[in-house]
Amino acid sequence: MSAELFSVFYQFADVFAFLILSAAGLAIVFGMMGVINMAHGEFIMCGAYVTVGLVKLGVPLAIAQALAAVTAGLIGVAVEYLVVRRFYKRPLDSLLATWGLSLIVTQSMLLIVGSSITGIGTPEGSFAIGGYTFSTYRLVLFACAVAVLIGLYVTFMKTRFGMMARATMQNAAMARALGARTGRIYAISFGIGAGLAGLCGALYAPTMTLIPTMGATFVVESFVTVVVGGANVLLGTAPAAVFLAIIRMALNASYGQIIGQIGMLFAVILIIRVLPEGISSVLVRRGR
Amino acid sequence: MFKLLDGSQTLGRGRTFWSCFLVVLAAALIYPVFADSYDVGNFSYFLIWIFMALGLCLMWGYGGMLSFGQTLFFGISGYAYGVLAINMGGGSATIAALVLSIVIAMIAAGILGYFMIWGGINGIFFGIVTLSATLVLAFFLGQTAGPEWHIGPARLNGYNGMKGMDPLAIGDFYIEGSALYYFMVALIVIVYLALRMLVNSRIGNVIVATRENPQRAEMLGYDVRKYQLLTFTIGSGLAGLSGALYTSWGQFITPSSIGLPAAAMPIVWVAFSGRSDLTATLVGSFLLLFGFQTITVYSQQAALVLMGALLLATVMLAPQGFVLGVGKLVADRWTGRRRRGASQALADASRLQPDET
Repeated sequence: MSAELFSVFYQFADVFAFLILSAAGLAIVFGMMGVINMAHGEFIMCGAYVTVGLVKLGVPLAIAQALAAVTAGLIGVAVEYLVVRRFYKRPLDSLLATWGLSLIVTQSMLLIVGSSITGIGTPEGSFAIGGYTFSTYRLVLFACAVAVLIGLYVTFMKTRFGMMARATMQNAAMARALGARTGRIYAISFGIGAGLAGLCGALYAPTMTLIPTMGATFVVESFVTVVVGGANVLLGTAPAAVFLAIIRMALNASYGQIIGQIGMLFAVILIIRVLPEGISSVLVRRGR
Repeated sequence: MFKLLDGSQTLGRGRTFWSCFLVVLAAALIYPVFADSYDVGNFSYFLIWIFMALGLCLMWGYGGMLSFGQTLFFGISGYAYGVLAINMGGGSATIAALVLSIVIAMIAAGILGYFMIWGGINGIFFGIVTLSATLVLAFFLGQTAGPEWHIGPARLNGYNGMKGMDPLAIGDFYIEGSALYYFMVALIVIVYLALRMLVNSRIGNVIVATRENPQRAEMLGYDVRKYQLLTFTIGSGLAGLSGALYTSWGQFITPSSIGLPAAAMPIVWVAFSGRSDLTATLVGSFLLLFGFQTITVYSQQAALVLMGALLLATVMLAPQGFVLGVGKLVADRWTGRRRRGASQALADASRLQPDET
């Protein structure tokens, strides 16, 4: 019995981790700046490629993954400085610009590195409970997702940067008048968002084939989670991921992956019909 | 009726504009006489996408609803045409299949639009939901490789795509070659003029009023949501027209014509052209499709890189669109000092265009 229960938890954890890791970066960039980053999938791709590249050079996996996340974050800061910065007053245009960027990056990668490179394989290790065996790495992913959520909470609620970032989020002009360096805060926030995307790619790199268009695999999940969650990262994205993971897990288990994905989309369309501003709007209102 | 063709929601008015229009139309009609049949075939091929661009222009430029998922309706209609044409047989039934598949796309748009618009989805989320639906459809169609995925004798065939449907025909006469070309040109003229009349009609004014300020339009007594749904359905129906024409032209359709790079294309065409005017969109999309076609011969990937760069350059340098900007410049020159008042009015009107929706 406990084996079955654990199996259900395991499947839930698997989907939950995927949703949180792919959506966290997007949610920050959106929640902080109102910018939807269409190049999000490309930051994920970047993280995955850097990880695999470094591992092939002989760097241990965990260090390669950390370096990949940092690389994506730095690229994110550069992108913010060169492109996104000009568009804070025109959110819809920022979206088009990042989409243009995404097309450039994906297709250039296809031209330069070709359609796929050999992967590195999932780290070995599995354990058995009852009659089932489970891959340890999937649980590592779940732990990482939880760690990301805790890390975000600490960063934005407990640090000086987090306080200034939230102030900037509330009212950029006022925050600037009070001495916050809003330009830098925006750049760092975008960098954190990109870095989290990179982390997502790095963590999933061992589990999937690497192709330049792999970002698209994550894009639907991340957007859908953010849409359902609404603008608030902690109060929105996390509950949305729990909710969607339950739906997805149930459908996956009984009907397979495709129905899982389609069913999740239908659930999302129904949810936004009822809660147009996402789950976080309800939770935030309750909290007041 | 003719007054509607020349109304205030469309740039390009008066004798000069319509003379140019007739000259371009005449050139288009004479073209197959001088060009070889291969080029004519290519030409009709890229005219297919003009409808999707015009539909997006209506939704985005006039209605203020940016849908990233126009290839969703392109795909639905394209696949519907395939399934229907295979099941209903060739000949005149293909015309019925064409009409039916557009209707199917519009019904899909109506349902999706109902949930989004009545749910109060605003600008950015609107695009995300349509894009998500698009990617899910592409993903789903990619998984349909097995023999169990069929509708009647029509196999969906996963990533390899569906094939084997008849091209458009009336009785025994296949609409292909220069007949197809003339068919396309006629359709474009009809759609273009009809859209001009729509946006200049009272409905069009309400649509624009909604874009400018939904609350104000609501206060004035219009049910904004109905107009948005109407706009969305028409725009998506035009994407559906493109899709059905695409399938009938090549007698195949694959999920890749729905997925991410494909979904970005209509946005690029319309953004580059200038989303707030139908004529600019028509001209710009035509130019881009022509250019894209030429470059694709050398490399599909390089062409897509260029498209991405073009989108980036447009939003950074000319957010209102390049073709529209150039058009206004020419129009200002043309009217000159003598009619400075008029061009001033035009400039004022253009200032009313929203930076953002």
